[in-house]
Amino acid sequence: MDVLLQQIINGLVLGSMYALVALGYTMVYGIIGLINFAHGEVLMVGALTSWTLIGWMTEAWTGMPGWLILLTATLIAMVVCGGLNFMIEKLAYRRLRNSPRLAPLITAIGMSLLLQTIAMMIWEPRPHSYPSMLSTEPFHLGGAVISVTQVTILATTAITLALLMWLVNHTNLGRAMRATAENPRVAALMGIKPDMVISATFVIGAMLAAIAGVMWASNYGTVQFAMGFMPGLKSFVAAVMGGIGNLAGAVVGGILLGLIESLGAGYLGKLTGGVLGSQYSDIFAFVMLALVLTLRPSGLLGERVADRA
Amino acid sequence: MKTKTGKIVAFVLAAIALLVLPILLQSTGSNSWVRIVDLALLYVLLALGLNIVVGYAGLLDLGYIAFFAVGAYIYALFDSSHLIDTFPAMKAMFPNGTHVSIWIVMVVAAVVAGLVGMILGAPTLKLRGDYLAIITLGFGEIVRIFLLNLDRPINITNGPRGISQIDAIDTFGVDFAQRLTVGNYTFEPVTMYYYLFMFFVVMAVILSYRLQDSRIGRAWMAIREDEIAAKAMGLNTRNLKLLAFGMGASFGGVSGVLFASFQRFVSPESFSLMESVMVVAMVVLGGIGHIPGVILGALLLAGLPEVLRHVAGPLSQMTDGRLAPEILRQLLIALAMVLVMLLRPKGLWPSPEHGKSLSK
Repeated sequence: MDVLLQQIINGLVLGSMYALVALGYTMVYGIIGLINFAHGEVLMVGALTSWTLIGWMTEAWTGMPGWLILLTATLIAMVVCGGLNFMIEKLAYRRLRNSPRLAPLITAIGMSLLLQTIAMMIWEPRPHSYPSMLSTEPFHLGGAVISVTQVTILATTAITLALLMWLVNHTNLGRAMRATAENPRVAALMGIKPDMVISATFVIGAMLAAIAGVMWASNYGTVQFAMGFMPGLKSFVAAVMGGIGNLAGAVVGGILLGLIESLGAGYLGKLTGGVLGSQYSDIFAFVMLALVLTLRPSGLLGERVADRA
Repeated sequence: MKTKTGKIVAFVLAAIALLVLPILLQSTGSNSWVRIVDLALLYVLLALGLNIVVGYAGLLDLGYIAFFAVGAYIYALFDSSHLIDTFPAMKAMFPNGTHVSIWIVMVVAAVVAGLVGMILGAPTLKLRGDYLAIITLGFGEIVRIFLLNLDRPINITNGPRGISQIDAIDTFGVDFAQRLTVGNYTFEPVTMYYYLFMFFVVMAVILSYRLQDSRIGRAWMAIREDEIAAKAMGLNTRNLKLLAFGMGASFGGVSGVLFASFQRFVSPESFSLMESVMVVAMVVLGGIGHIPGVILGALLLAGLPEVLRHVAGPLSQMTDGRLAPEILRQLLIALAMVLVMLLRPKGLWPSPEHGKSLSK
């Protein structure tokens, strides 16, 4: 029972990070139909930027409380990532908006590789340990142990999601985003500037990824140039599982994937008598993707069909 | 405009140049350049195989390296002492080791890789473009994770340590592990591998051209250009796509066998996602679906980093080791992918006629 509760909590934490990244994928895909392969790298840049900032700040302001440093670093990392994604969209994706789909996809893969390489040059290829800025005194809940970081991750995700929902549903920008996703040409006729909306979508997505990156780093305690790729990929899987283009779907898909992975890692060994251990947990995401795409191509909450070329 | 004799002369000259090339390189006294060319040829083979899937049928496969891995591991298991050391039953059956002839392994690898390709392709048949790309990427990762973890509870792949001491090729009385002396000239093993790989590349090129002009090739291209129209014209798109996956995968399997026998060591590290991306980059950079372009792309991306390696020494020192050769290589591939797509979306040497859906 304790193991179950613990794995559920771990799964929720992991899932909420996937959800934040998946939102970025789903918003971009919903509007321009591009899998932004470089989105996971934005998470990585966010995490490494915050790592550098935390290093500077702890040296410069010795008296500052850890949470304030972490918050400041996160906010700056969000701005950096937002700017970065804005530039990427402007330089690489915008020119290819009307080309066949293979071209932007390959550009996105190249961009992902490029960001990793640049990160390797800036931050060196080796992993760095990420300082723990919050209290390390854990909470006990039943038989499970929850760290302050994990509680913070869950709370931050909830707040971020609430803000995003408000933005999308109740502001002019949100209305413009929804209109552009529905039909860019008609939206343009209604006085919306699709290019501006697309840029805004990339910036918002990058900010969510930056938050997720800081969370990821705080939760696992290390940062390095390759840390973004797998979470990025799995978050895309989460977005597809929930129904790509659908914001609620991305959250549901993310949390579901987090739970599946964490429960799988906890129980796979027992279920198969030790034949398959937790090292196979990376496989779940891809098996889930294959299952969802074959059985229910529009995703669990369904929005778009998967049969787009 | 070329006359027929002109073509023949060019062909003969090219053939002579390719035959003499390793001898010239070998005469520099170091084998490293021949080795580089050998590896480049393996990449050409891989790129030609992927070109069938991506270039002809228009199915973007980001897990292609998995089939290369399947071929490599099949050769590694058949022609090393790993299975015999691990399983007493195997040792009892083959006290002298399982030194299976490469030609048998080659056929087995081509068939098995082809079947794996079809099995992995089957669930993706309804998908196109983005979804296909990401699901094939997932399958590639799944294969790698299995290679990495199949050392427990039964040790099949030896896990992250990989399988070493794989036999060199020993066929038609030629042992590729030894130098071969003909008259008073000595061929280094790397040079012999060059001729072997060149033989396979030439075969692959011929096969690719034959496929391109065949009914199947035309059907693939019809699917690539407009799948719905192709289906409406009565093509069995499901079987044709499966065939493309299978055919491409068996090319990968054969290259894998050659790779394992050449390196004499395999480990999951050689089959990472980065390698899949690299092969895709080669096909895209050269010119999707155009055989000379694909060969050019493969040679460029496999060869340039090696040339740069010599430049990279001082460059690496100038930048405090931040521009190490490996990083430079990755930077080059990444930049090539982005810039070529932005500036020359058809690739460096595009096909003169086809490719509406691949690039406008």
